[in-house]
Amino acid sequence: MNYYHHFVIPFTAGLLFLVIVVAAKWIGWIKNLDAEQKGLIKRNIFGKASLHATWEVITESLLHRRIFQKNFLLGYMHMSLAFGWFLLIVMGNLETRFFTHGQMNPPYVPIFFEFFEHDLSTLRYKEIFTFVMDFLLLFVLSGVALAYMKRATSKPLGMKKATKHAFIDKLALTSLWLIFPLRLAAESVTAGLYDSGGFFTRWLGEAIVSLPGADMLYYPLWWAYSISLGLFFISVPFTRYMHIPTETLLIFLRKYGIREKNEHTSYTQVELNACSRCGICIDSCQLSSELGISNSQSTYFLKSLRDKKTTDYLTETCMLCGRCDFACPVGIENSTIRLNQRRETPASAINFGYVPTIEASKGKIAFFAGCMGQLTPSVTKATLTLFNAAGVEYTHIDKDATICCGRPLQVNGEESAAKELAQKNKQLIEGTGAQALVTTCPICARIFAESYGLSIPVYHHTQFLYQLAASGQLKLTPTSNLITYHDPCELGRGLGIYEEPRELLKFAGNLVEVKSSKTDSLCCGGSLAITSINQQQRSQIAIKTLESIGANDVDFVATACPLCKKTFTAASDENAILDVSEILVKACTNSRQSLKPEQKQRTKETSTVN
Amino acid sequence: MIDFGFTPLVASITDLDKANVNLAKQLTEQDPSFALCISCGSCSATCTAGQFTKFSFRVMCHQIRKGNAKEAIAEASKCMLCGKCTLACPRNVNTRNIISLVRKAQTTTP
Amino acid sequence: MTKTVAIIGGGVAGLETAKQLNSLGYSVKLFEKTNTLGGHVAKWDRLFPNKRHASEVVSSLTLSQGNTQTLTETTVHSIKRENQGFVISANSSNHEADAVVLATGFELFPAEKKEEYGYGLFENVITSADLEQMFKKHGKPVMASGHKPVRIAFIHCVGSRDEKVNRPYCSKVCCVTAVKQAIEVKEALPNSEVFCFYMDLRTFGPGYEDLYKEAQSKGVTFIRGRLSESSEIEGGRVLIKAEDTLASTPLKMSVDIVVLMVGMSPLRSTNKLATDLGLSINADGFIAATDLHTNPTGTATNGVFVAGACTGPNNITDTVNAAKATALDVHNYLSR
Ligand SMILES: Cc1cc2nc3c(=O)[nH]c(=O)nc-3n(C[C@H](O)[C@H](O)[C@H](O)COP(=O)(O)OP(=O)(O)OC[C@H]3O[C@@H](n4cnc5c(N)ncnc54)[C@H](O)[C@@H]3O)c2cc1C
Ligand code: SF4
Ligand code: SF4
Ligand code: SF4
Ligand code: SF4
Ligand code: SF4
Repeated sequence: MNYYHHFVIPFTAGLLFLVIVVAAKWIGWIKNLDAEQKGLIKRNIFGKASLHATWEVITESLLHRRIFQKNFLLGYMHMSLAFGWFLLIVMGNLETRFFTHGQMNPPYVPIFFEFFEHDLSTLRYKEIFTFVMDFLLLFVLSGVALAYMKRATSKPLGMKKATKHAFIDKLALTSLWLIFPLRLAAESVTAGLYDSGGFFTRWLGEAIVSLPGADMLYYPLWWAYSISLGLFFISVPFTRYMHIPTETLLIFLRKYGIREKNEHTSYTQVELNACSRCGICIDSCQLSSELGISNSQSTYFLKSLRDKKTTDYLTETCMLCGRCDFACPVGIENSTIRLNQRRETPASAINFGYVPTIEASKGKIAFFAGCMGQLTPSVTKATLTLFNAAGVEYTHIDKDATICCGRPLQVNGEESAAKELAQKNKQLIEGTGAQALVTTCPICARIFAESYGLSIPVYHHTQFLYQLAASGQLKLTPTSNLITYHDPCELGRGLGIYEEPRELLKFAGNLVEVKSSKTDSLCCGGSLAITSINQQQRSQIAIKTLESIGANDVDFVATACPLCKKTFTAASDENAILDVSEILVKACTNSRQSLKPEQKQRTKETSTVN
Repeated sequence: MIDFGFTPLVASITDLDKANVNLAKQLTEQDPSFALCISCGSCSATCTAGQFTKFSFRVMCHQIRKGNAKEAIAEASKCMLCGKCTLACPRNVNTRNIISLVRKAQTTTP
Repeated sequence: MTKTVAIIGGGVAGLETAKQLNSLGYSVKLFEKTNTLGGHVAKWDRLFPNKRHASEVVSSLTLSQGNTQTLTETTVHSIKRENQGFVISANSSNHEADAVVLATGFELFPAEKKEEYGYGLFENVITSADLEQMFKKHGKPVMASGHKPVRIAFIHCVGSRDEKVNRPYCSKVCCVTAVKQAIEVKEALPNSEVFCFYMDLRTFGPGYEDLYKEAQSKGVTFIRGRLSESSEIEGGRVLIKAEDTLASTPLKMSVDIVVLMVGMSPLRSTNKLATDLGLSINADGFIAATDLHTNPTGTATNGVFVAGACTGPNNITDTVNAAKATALDVHNYLSR
């Protein structure tokens, strides 16, 4: 059988264009990956990774599991559009295949099958097919209806800010929205005129053709349907809808082990094009929710980079807290891409020639308090008190002078300047002959672990103290205090350390778990990765974050970062904010002789008069 | 010229009639907290870079106000962006932001 | 029938208001939370500007109370308007009054909040209030170890003029207190070295500038720079860091005792009383007066008046003046 009509041209041309462009892009991206990344593909492509990737494509690209977890309606909308459409195509193909007994048909045939064949009486399982096809169409249309609704009011779907769209995006959006209503109209009119179709199209079709002149709509509707498909396909490579094919590629590359490096690679291009502009990152960003800065979030930044039009403002207006990385349903490494963009334009003159080489005494454990540590002596004192109690032989390597670890420079894109400082500190650390490096500051811990290339292990003090407590070297007896814990960004999302501080707090008192915690925890607002927000704005963020961890319902707010501690303390007069180590000291029951003589508490005038 | 036996030390006088204070104006616009410094010196006292070299955020700001943008920009290159000064400042001067803006001014100031 | 006035707070403000209203013939009830009268002044040793003993001031005020009914160890928890007057609940009993004067004073800035200064952490970091106690007990400062200090540093503006601890205002009395205490240290320990680290020296009152001059002539060194941080070194001594801003050089020095000149903070428990009564609180956290110039003792609520340091940092002279003015206002109100 030879099916053809001129109206199939827009669809077919569009599809051909889309396939060629997407293929060309994919090939280009893959070709431009670096040798290491290509090696990963070669090693993994014929292994389990591909199977896992396929599964993830089903659960994410089609079913949108992660979006479902965020918000049911939003998930349903994405799922009905993607999965429904997919099933329509699959079922359409099956239907055509069955009918033509396995004949190879041009791709437009299954799409316009209702036009070509009105008498399906020879089709096996005809009832099932026509029912399912109608059902699926309705399923997709319910998603389209939600999309209209989201456009009109973005609240019910949990999205506070619908992303802003450019003209070509609007064109694509309109054609996409028209596709399914037009298909419904075309199929219904056909069903009405020829007594074909399923339960719904037949019913609707009969209603339509009973109107005068409805039969004149027959050809125009099929043309319109085909044109809307064609327009949509042609617009895909130039719009956010490019994310649909790209997400699939991204999932495969990621399963092969490819990640962002410390500069942009061709993989970055894949990520940039995989952003669906769902806007979830806008909702997860405190710059937007607390400060009303709603034009710099990842989706905008990625778009600007994709269009090669990014600005300093977009590159710099981000705390690199990483919250949106974990919220992003596509799993785009937003903050790493932003950091790499910062690395593209370092300040021309930074000069650390003046920094001397520092030496410290030898010891088994090298302890580093960092710059912030000098402003939080209570944290240092508590940690060293616990070290003494557990009999740890340590050397406090930055007691007299600290060279900054370089992380603050790094997060501002000053990579080579950061390296200069790292070099100095590395000499200092290695000179002590220590077997491990411990720091109370997650900011330092992150760069020590990720960029220093040290030959000894790096521990955040909560990790190290946890080992001491778990092995019984540090004896802790729980108090009755209620404690809530704030996950510092650099420690939690940055280094993946969530459990050790919590376990330690459970040794010391009653830990209260809260909703926004771990990967979803809020930033204290003190981030060194943004300079443009002022102290009042930082405090605004901090107050909301304290609220989110239930600070007013507990005895102590615990954190594990001196900067978080400082930021919270500056923002709130009401809460007692302590480092995990300070809370442990209250619960420590090692024999007191090993402790440094505790300070005699002076009678404080404050407590007697007021 | 009549020789009075001494010469005024012109170079050491701040002449605000002639000084080019564009950078100061620009900074105040970009970050209003630039105007709020009370010269308490906490930033310089706590400064990580200042432990090893003669560098002071406070003095840098003064240089800018006096019209010595060039010196100030050269000074700004010494900062490690560690953030201690921001935490120390009693007037909430956004010190790191000002340093970053001064560094950028390297290329943009007239 | 004699009308009753309730005065909340038995510091110098409350005592002076009580004394005046008492002599005007009112029945006065004075509520005091602690077991002694005199408020903060009772904690001080000698007073600026003339180094007289604080106890003299307190006892002269307490002795001239006449018929005032003083209720010590009685904390006022709430005050409610009822009919034309007020009901004051204190220690689970109720008292009635026709007018109320809030003279609840201030609280000292909790110096632990300035963690980098080391109060509560390093044993030889003390507050100005702690030093007053030492003067009362020993007549001189002593180190935690019992040793005689040789070098002492006074740090001005701790918990004042500091937005990082939400106290942006000047506490007014601490500059001159530091100057006074520096002189006292010099007098008690002539061989000691005394340093004052200040941002601006605000010695505005009568005799204050003379005290400043006296301190200079006694060898006290004034350094213009604010402490950034301190750390503990051998022997419990303290290493402090500041910038000598006049020389534009960073400076560090080790001292035996660091004295933090803690500021006067709004007393948080007062805010509940005030807001219950419909009074407004100003941005600094103290009770706001109706008109800063022409009615500094009146409030937004009829029959409620304020006196003393609950309206903002003040010295004794200004506090007592305010108390007298308040008494007159109460009198005018009750004899309408
Ligand atoms: C370190 C330091 C040194 C100083 N030295 C001097 C000096 O030398 N010379 C000088 O002129 N000034 C000095 N001052 C200032 C002086 O202390 C104040 O001016 C004065 O204390 C203010 O008195 P007041 O009554 O308003 O407040 P307070 O002294 O604070 O008295 C308030 C009283 O109210 C009570 N109270 C509060 N709430 C309640 C309640 N709900 N129910 C019952 N009672 C309550 C309190 O217990 C307290 O007794 C100094 C201040 C400081 C911080
Ligand atoms: S970055 Fe992720 S969360 Fe943000 S719009 Fe794109 S896909 Fe959505
Ligand atoms: S990293 Fe944090 S601050 Fe930056 S865009 Fe994401 S959520 Fe916002
Ligand atoms: S951020 Fe720069 S100026 Fe500020 S303390 Fe650190 S090194 Fe000094
Ligand atoms: S700490 Fe702040 S107020 Fe003090 S000198 Fe530095 S910038 Fe100025
Ligand atoms: S009186 Fe002096 S020490 Fe007290 S806050 Fe004012 S300036 Fe600072």
